[in-house]
Amino acid sequence: MLLRHTPSRIIERKAVTINPAKTCQPIGAMYAALGVHGCLPHSHGSQGCCAYHRSTLTRHYKEPILAATSSFTEGASVFGGQANLLQAFNNIFTVYDPDVIAVHTTCLSETIGDDLPQIRKKALKEGKIPEGKYVMCASTPSYVGSHVTGFSAMVKAMTEFSQSTGKRNGKVNILPGWVEPADMEEIKRILSLMGIDAIVMPDTSGVLNTPLTGRFSMFPRGGTTMEEIKATGDAIATVALGRWCSEEAALALDKMHQVPCNVIDMPFGLKATDRFIDTLRSVAGVSVPEAIDVERGQLVDMISDMHQWVYHKKVALAGDPDQLISMTEFLVSIDMWPTHIVTGTPGKKFEKRIREICAELPYEVNVKAKGDLFLLHQWIKNGPVDLLISNTYGKYIARDEDIPLVRWGFPILDRQGHQYFPTVGYRGGLRLLEKILSALLDRKDRDDDEVQFELVI
Amino acid sequence: MRKVAIYGKGGIGKSTTTQNTVAGLVELGRQVMVVGCDPKADSTRLLLGGLAQKSVLDTLREEGEDVELEDIRKKGYGGTWCVESGGPEPGVGCAGRGIITSINMLESLGAYDESEGLDYAFYDVLGDVVCGGFAMPIRDGKAEEIYIVCSGEMMAMYAANNISKGITKFAQSGNVRLGGLICNSRKVDNEKEMIEKFAERLGTQMIYFIPRDNDVQRAEINRKTVIEWNPEAKQADEYRGLARAIDENDMFVIPTPLEIEDLEELLMDFGLMN
Repeated sequence: MLLRHTPSRIIERKAVTINPAKTCQPIGAMYAALGVHGCLPHSHGSQGCCAYHRSTLTRHYKEPILAATSSFTEGASVFGGQANLLQAFNNIFTVYDPDVIAVHTTCLSETIGDDLPQIRKKALKEGKIPEGKYVMCASTPSYVGSHVTGFSAMVKAMTEFSQSTGKRNGKVNILPGWVEPADMEEIKRILSLMGIDAIVMPDTSGVLNTPLTGRFSMFPRGGTTMEEIKATGDAIATVALGRWCSEEAALALDKMHQVPCNVIDMPFGLKATDRFIDTLRSVAGVSVPEAIDVERGQLVDMISDMHQWVYHKKVALAGDPDQLISMTEFLVSIDMWPTHIVTGTPGKKFEKRIREICAELPYEVNVKAKGDLFLLHQWIKNGPVDLLISNTYGKYIARDEDIPLVRWGFPILDRQGHQYFPTVGYRGGLRLLEKILSALLDRKDRDDDEVQFELVI
Repeated sequence: MRKVAIYGKGGIGKSTTTQNTVAGLVELGRQVMVVGCDPKADSTRLLLGGLAQKSVLDTLREEGEDVELEDIRKKGYGGTWCVESGGPEPGVGCAGRGIITSINMLESLGAYDESEGLDYAFYDVLGDVVCGGFAMPIRDGKAEEIYIVCSGEMMAMYAANNISKGITKFAQSGNVRLGGLICNSRKVDNEKEMIEKFAERLGTQMIYFIPRDNDVQRAEINRKTVIEWNPEAKQADEYRGLARAIDENDMFVIPTPLEIEDLEELLMDFGLMN
């Protein structure tokens, strides 16, 4: 009972977050940057920030996450970090030779007022950024937003490099949002099944799910190349997955180069994937191939085969807004009852959207943006659930309340598979359903008495 | 050792008043250290005969963290120790953090040790209390008595009232106290009476009224305090008087800042008296 002090009485809190359901902006910025080919993320702040962000990503992806830092000392915090960053450009391009450095700020560099675009301009003027090399800048103080907004800020920073030649290139920009490398791979598979020529930005597949070959490569093969990023300005359309993760970048491309943008939900579960496929179909002007119909049918088949085991089961969820919206919709669509939903990321629109999705349910859903796991735990104490879906941090609640846990989201620090098995698309929906069913049925097998214990379910 | 911080609105004459008063304290045989807490690093100009001091932060930037006391303090008029915190150029970095850094460094280097035989440490602090860094001298009991330089002008009084709010906040958790208002006259109507009343409302005293005299500027041109430049000058006696008043002061209070309406009213009352 590690959380035994959590009281069931809920008091409105203004000043304190307990067991946050989010993490720092720079972690998102770093993850997005890793989806650019040949890119070295750079943390403009003290060393501790960088070390924490790298280790969190390493623990989730089980890959070495490389990132540089401006290594602020007392002096840098008084005089500003310009000298450190200029020196860093010099060192990094000389020693590691990346194609791109993606710089994000930290609380400290933001508070003392370091201006990244100004420093980049100075570096360009002084020849510290070699010809053909690029520096991206995102402002990501951790006291604003969450890892999700940090991700969004870095994707937006990428769009600064988009160019328009005046001639459309027939490609579709896909902004996948913060999904796993396996999900990015799955999205690309779907795109190729549909015969769509697309630019996925960012793309961490081939970067954070690489094979062990015995040879170290600082910059793996994967990632969106700078050429592709430039070409996003000439695309025929942008499909942005997830409002929180991808909307800003999509709007920027629309504003700069009039690339029409479609912001839709992340394709988790049946309905959201339907909308994804349909959007792709209409923006690219293609027809949906039979192979995709088959995958959809398989998911519908499994839902109907196993419906009685998920029917009216109550679920508590914690995670990031874009993911939770699609997941909640999926749960409702298979007749499960999402009852308590928390994200640490701010945004009233999240609460509104979740309420809309749950409007037909025979109870009032508990939902909170900028909430925390402590609140989720209190809700669960007051209204018990059959299942918890969250990242690894939910395991404490699951253990104390004896609830089955499906690990889904970021970070997952204690289980494997998320880098390799996608949860997007119809195939991903099958995996989500499989995980939910396994958790529920394992619990049933554990709890059933001898008379009810069944061989065949 | 008495630890004194001088606050007040920008341009009111904090540095000038501090240095001239320190010169008066030196005449009384006191050993004084002046710590300039201003990125402009001009708080010890008159004592050193020019901007001759390398600031703590410049030294830190150039020498790294291996700094010694001799690198950052210099002997000025009458054996006073002079230190300048310095800071970043305008528009970058964090000047507040700079002050925190340099005061911490002075402490760790032993500038305040008893063996230094200091009677007074003076902090000359930039402008208004704008952030945690500029409040550093009144945090953690670094300075224990505060004098606010002001005049009968509204904005100077407004700043003084605001600084009092800062003092009140820190006084509740520590032993910082307001020692009084120093009125650096701008020849405003009924200035003396108004500041006396204002001080009373703040729960403190007007410790001294410094009349306006161009000898101060003449001495400044010569990079000297009035006492050093012309010991016979009438203004030199005024600073001697202020030094004595501070040396003999025993009224230390937690101020009671005014509401802005009350402050306006005070100004109206005295401004309309003629």
